[in-house]
Amino acid sequence: MADTATGPPRSGRREPAHPAGPQVHRLSLWQRLKRDKVMLLLTLPGLLYFVVFHYVPLLGYVVAFQHYEPYLGYMHSTWTGLSNFSAAFSQPAFWSATRNTVEIAVIQLVFFFPVPIALALLLNSVVSGRVRRFVQSVVYLPHFIGWIIIVSIFQQVLGGAGLLPHLLGKVGLPRYDMMSDPHAFPWLLTLESIWKDAGWGTIIILAALIGIDRGLYESAAIDGAGPWRRLWHVTLPGISPVIVLLLILNLGNLLSVGFEQILLQRDAVGPDAGEVLDTYVYYHGIQDNDWGVAAAVGLVKAVVGTVLVVGANKFAHRLGHEGVYRGADR
Amino acid sequence: MLTADTTDVTRSRPAREGADPSGSGAKARRAARGAGGSEGRPPWMERPSLAGRWGKAVILVLVVAAVAYPMIGIIATSFASQSDIIKSSGLVLWPAHPTLAAYRTVFTGGVVLRALFVSIGVTVVGTFASLLMTIGMAYGLSRREVTGSRIILMTALFTMLFNAGIIPNFLLVKNLGLYNTYASLVMPTLMSAFNLVVLRAFFMNLPTELLDAARIDGAGDLRILVSVVLPLSKAVIAVVSLFYAVTYWNAFFNALLYLDDSDKWPLPMVLRSYVLQGQSLSGAAAGETVAPQQAVQMAVLVIAVVPILLVYPFLQRYFTKGVLTGAVKG
Repeated sequence: MADTATGPPRSGRREPAHPAGPQVHRLSLWQRLKRDKVMLLLTLPGLLYFVVFHYVPLLGYVVAFQHYEPYLGYMHSTWTGLSNFSAAFSQPAFWSATRNTVEIAVIQLVFFFPVPIALALLLNSVVSGRVRRFVQSVVYLPHFIGWIIIVSIFQQVLGGAGLLPHLLGKVGLPRYDMMSDPHAFPWLLTLESIWKDAGWGTIIILAALIGIDRGLYESAAIDGAGPWRRLWHVTLPGISPVIVLLLILNLGNLLSVGFEQILLQRDAVGPDAGEVLDTYVYYHGIQDNDWGVAAAVGLVKAVVGTVLVVGANKFAHRLGHEGVYRGADR
Repeated sequence: MLTADTTDVTRSRPAREGADPSGSGAKARRAARGAGGSEGRPPWMERPSLAGRWGKAVILVLVVAAVAYPMIGIIATSFASQSDIIKSSGLVLWPAHPTLAAYRTVFTGGVVLRALFVSIGVTVVGTFASLLMTIGMAYGLSRREVTGSRIILMTALFTMLFNAGIIPNFLLVKNLGLYNTYASLVMPTLMSAFNLVVLRAFFMNLPTELLDAARIDGAGDLRILVSVVLPLSKAVIAVVSLFYAVTYWNAFFNALLYLDDSDKWPLPMVLRSYVLQGQSLSGAAAGETVAPQQAVQMAVLVIAVVPILLVYPFLQRYFTKGVLTGAVKG
């Protein structure tokens, strides 16, 4: 884990650009702190935030090993070892939530992932800059709309009293309500995600497309390659590093299917189809006060999730890509 | 409007180029237009087939319509009368008998108005606090030689790799005494490591000559931030504040978890209960003409969407820059 983030030593040992120049190394720690005091003071509130709201809560996972009672607190609740974990693992509901999580994630990955790429290729092939920019500004917009609003909008179009069942009824077909069909749930989520974020996802692909050397296209065309062959032999190889990187990072987020999106629609399809690990933790912990078991499930999910993310990043590095974190520290 | 635009541009292009078969003229024109290499079709590229052009135009129109239709639909429905809604079933696209009854109902109810004030307050205060802290931290970490900056940066970046999870966060908020306070809507999500990285990368890429010149003129670190760095970073700060503001405006997770008292609900929670769960707005004044339930729901949605629609056009041209500095480019 440390290796992922620290990266090669080169980034840390670059010559300092400070006017103090070569004398920097001779300053004592105290002198350096004094020199940097303004800069350090400016980082302090942010550092405090990250420590208090991201690191300190990790201590709360002791609850996973306790029979936690809120009025007793961490100190006085009884320790139960791993019994919360075995209780969770023996529940069919836990396995059903795990299955749903993976199923939803895989369907989202397979069917969402290609859409921004296709859309970006289409946008890139639009000759008129005006049209391209107009379409771009339209398709970026849904990214900024909250899940509640998006689910409400889908309710108006696909829900029981919405447009689609109405149209189906008009042509004599059964009035199909996708919003309450448990079998359609992963597909519904995917559809909503595409509506919200496919446009936004084109930004990164479009940037990669712009980075492709124009000369390659020209030589390919002169050599007689038609548009499709140029797409296959120039464009796709040109953007494949970005695609691979995005794919790997997406695999890393396999267990993090959208909590808000699913919570809002879980009740319409019932927990059998609509429960994922995050909603399981929410309903068992916050709603039913089964703190220990919920925390145990949360901990398992967090550990597996972190391993996946870190592993995905390492894998991306191995393929010669700068992962998110190394890239950020350049 | 878009249909005309797309087809017009694609249709007129071959005619123009047909008049100048040598291709060099097209190149010159493109250069003269000064819009860079991506504008217009390069001379080696063949004219797209008629079917290809139309296919592309149709897909683009469908994509734009998929975003625009629900947006226009909810706005139009919110102004619709009962007869309009019965006639169209689902979303109304053009209210034949426009009425403000839905908005009168919403605003006399008090619930939505109060939630609106909560949301505005949380968004304004939260965005301001987030921005201050993120700017301070990003600037403090923007010079590598600052003592300890590397460890502090890593502390912040690591939070991208794991998420403490629902139960520990809930227990933390409770233990800090933030449960059921407005502060619980802001503090747990004060900063995002992503926005920090975006700002820091931007600050690091500012020309060092300018900063050095300011230092030679006797400006301290804080003075450089205020009078050199910030004026040069208006665009990226605009994007980061949009990211923060939208997050606060749409935030639902914090309110769901940390608020017990429905009087403190922000707008998304109210949306959830009145639009998704279909509860009727209580407290609507008796004797008022009752607006159709669906129009009232759409009016609440419109109130939640309009602020985003209003700021979006001003900021969207900076997105690409903002997103890319944070993501692959580092």
